[in-house]
Amino acid sequence: MSYLELDNVTKIYPNGTKAVNETSLSISEGELMVFVGPSGCGKSTLLRMIAGLEDITGGEIKLDNRVINKVDPSERDVAMVFQNYALYPHMNVYKNLAYGLKNKGESKEEIEKKVNEVAELLEIKEFLLRKPGQLSGGQRQRVAMGRAIVRNPKAFLFDEPLSNLDAKLRGQVRIEIKKLQKQMGVTSVFVTHDQVEAMTLGDRLAVINEGVIEQVGSPIEVYEKPATYFVAEFIGTPQMNFINGKIHANKFISDEFECSINKDVKDQEVIFGIRPENLKVSANGSIKIKVDLIEKLGADSIIYGYDKSNNYLCYRENGNTKIKANEEISLEIEDENYHLFDQETKKRLN
Amino acid sequence: MKRVQFSSYFTQYFFIAPQLAIILIFLYLPIVQTFRDAFTIQDAFGFGRYFSGLDNFTFVLSDPNYITALKFTLIFIVVITFFSCSIGLLLAVQANNVIHGKSAYKTLLIWPYAIAPAVVGVTANYFFSERLGILYNFFNGLWGFDWYDNVYDAYIYVFIAASWKQISANFIFFLAGLQNIQKSIIEASIIDCKSSFRRFWTITFPLLMPTTFFLIIINITYSFFDTLGIIDTTTIGAPSGETKTLVYKAYIDGFKGLDLGSAGAQSIIMMLIVLVITVFQFRFIEGKIHYN
Repeated sequence: MSYLELDNVTKIYPNGTKAVNETSLSISEGELMVFVGPSGCGKSTLLRMIAGLEDITGGEIKLDNRVINKVDPSERDVAMVFQNYALYPHMNVYKNLAYGLKNKGESKEEIEKKVNEVAELLEIKEFLLRKPGQLSGGQRQRVAMGRAIVRNPKAFLFDEPLSNLDAKLRGQVRIEIKKLQKQMGVTSVFVTHDQVEAMTLGDRLAVINEGVIEQVGSPIEVYEKPATYFVAEFIGTPQMNFINGKIHANKFISDEFECSINKDVKDQEVIFGIRPENLKVSANGSIKIKVDLIEKLGADSIIYGYDKSNNYLCYRENGNTKIKANEEISLEIEDENYHLFDQETKKRLN
Repeated sequence: MKRVQFSSYFTQYFFIAPQLAIILIFLYLPIVQTFRDAFTIQDAFGFGRYFSGLDNFTFVLSDPNYITALKFTLIFIVVITFFSCSIGLLLAVQANNVIHGKSAYKTLLIWPYAIAPAVVGVTANYFFSERLGILYNFFNGLWGFDWYDNVYDAYIYVFIAASWKQISANFIFFLAGLQNIQKSIIEASIIDCKSSFRRFWTITFPLLMPTTFFLIIINITYSFFDTLGIIDTTTIGAPSGETKTLVYKAYIDGFKGLDLGSAGAQSIIMMLIVLVITVFQFRFIEGKIHYN
């Protein structure tokens, strides 16, 4: 059942920029939805419209069957965690957590009980009397989470909350957020430009580009069956390889190689996409590349090279590869794991 | 920055000589003279002077006119600081919320800052002149306003003249302070608190405290020292010396009354007052308002 629903939501700034274009999406109760996309794609604007920090130009946002377009941000029953924590620097941690409750007019005992519960849950009890300036990045992040949790909202809104943390801490906090969210079962929207965060956190992803949702689906769906060329390009590191060519009689033909197609696709110009891990070395492989660069990551090796028509292709192999730079290798496509996109509409064809 | 090595001492001193000369002539020399004047008494024709110990000080402090000026100065400082700060803050908050024509508002509100105190006084003179003054006639219609005779009316006159100019200075700094507050903190408070009035007093205002503290010092200094021109072009101390500030009185006694001993003593007393205020502010207030 849909709990948080966006219906044809549009945002046009006074200067005419269309940040979000007729976006519809429904998020079910307890689900963690990730908005992912490059910077400037409108994902934060969308989140801020849900929070009430941006006006909605058109469309409707519903939370738990209530239209919240015109509801004051403080009465929408949402809580937001900001990128730079946005803690109140002049208040100690206790007061930071209590501020929202106090303004709602809750009793002192009630506030104390709730704050202590949350402090216990997040293990920040010992910091309650400190000011945010005396805390480390990770601790501040917890306090910011606490400030959201203590309000007991119907939805959590996360605006890139991990991007200020260092790499190691980011991984830890990511896991913590996921656990907490599952434990509390609160519907959440998480905005990020980091696809690893998106893939690991989300129950579902909404991949956004230029104010439009390109695809909504579980992380694996989005990875395995990208709906558009943009999604294919954006999700996955190293990036998917793309080769331009055309379909003729259910066969993909490019300057480089040919490959028969398992599905009926009418004759047209297409982009053929294949992920680096879906290639394998084979003596009579049809794709031949001259190795340019090798990245050894320990668990994998990533091999980059040019094919005859100068496409820069990437191939991923497990472990420590024996391939050397400037070597010529032949690759073939594994298990028909390829993606076809219309060159015109950029939509998926297979 | 690159360090330049000079081969001879002469070149270095040559370059800093103009600055040194200015400091020596206009700062150090007057200070020395002030101390000399304060502790000596000069005969009326300037032919001789003799050491008088603290005589000048006891004379100044037992002079009822000096006590009047001291009282007026304290009231003046408090009123000017309070009104110019609060009106400056009010305007800054409003201008910060304006979406259309923001820079026009800003420019117009900053303008008076560029006006010299004496010019402010002359301008105020037009408003408060008995025959032409718009404000004179307006207040006169309300309660028989007459600053030539009534002490409190004279107060109102100089308070308005002196704070008007200073509002701009406060406006600039408060606006900068407001724009320095992290936007997301304000947004977090919008989600946490419905009433914008309450948000202002619980979040915005405390976060402006460093700016406010700075401005209080600036305003005290301004109303203490920089208003000489305004007093001299408006009431000239009228009625009967009730609107003389300490600085203005020292200036009149020293340069108009040619009583340099008294003026020197007054200057040193003023220096001590400012010293005490500043030490108090930094010791007791500043430590409480820096957050990070």
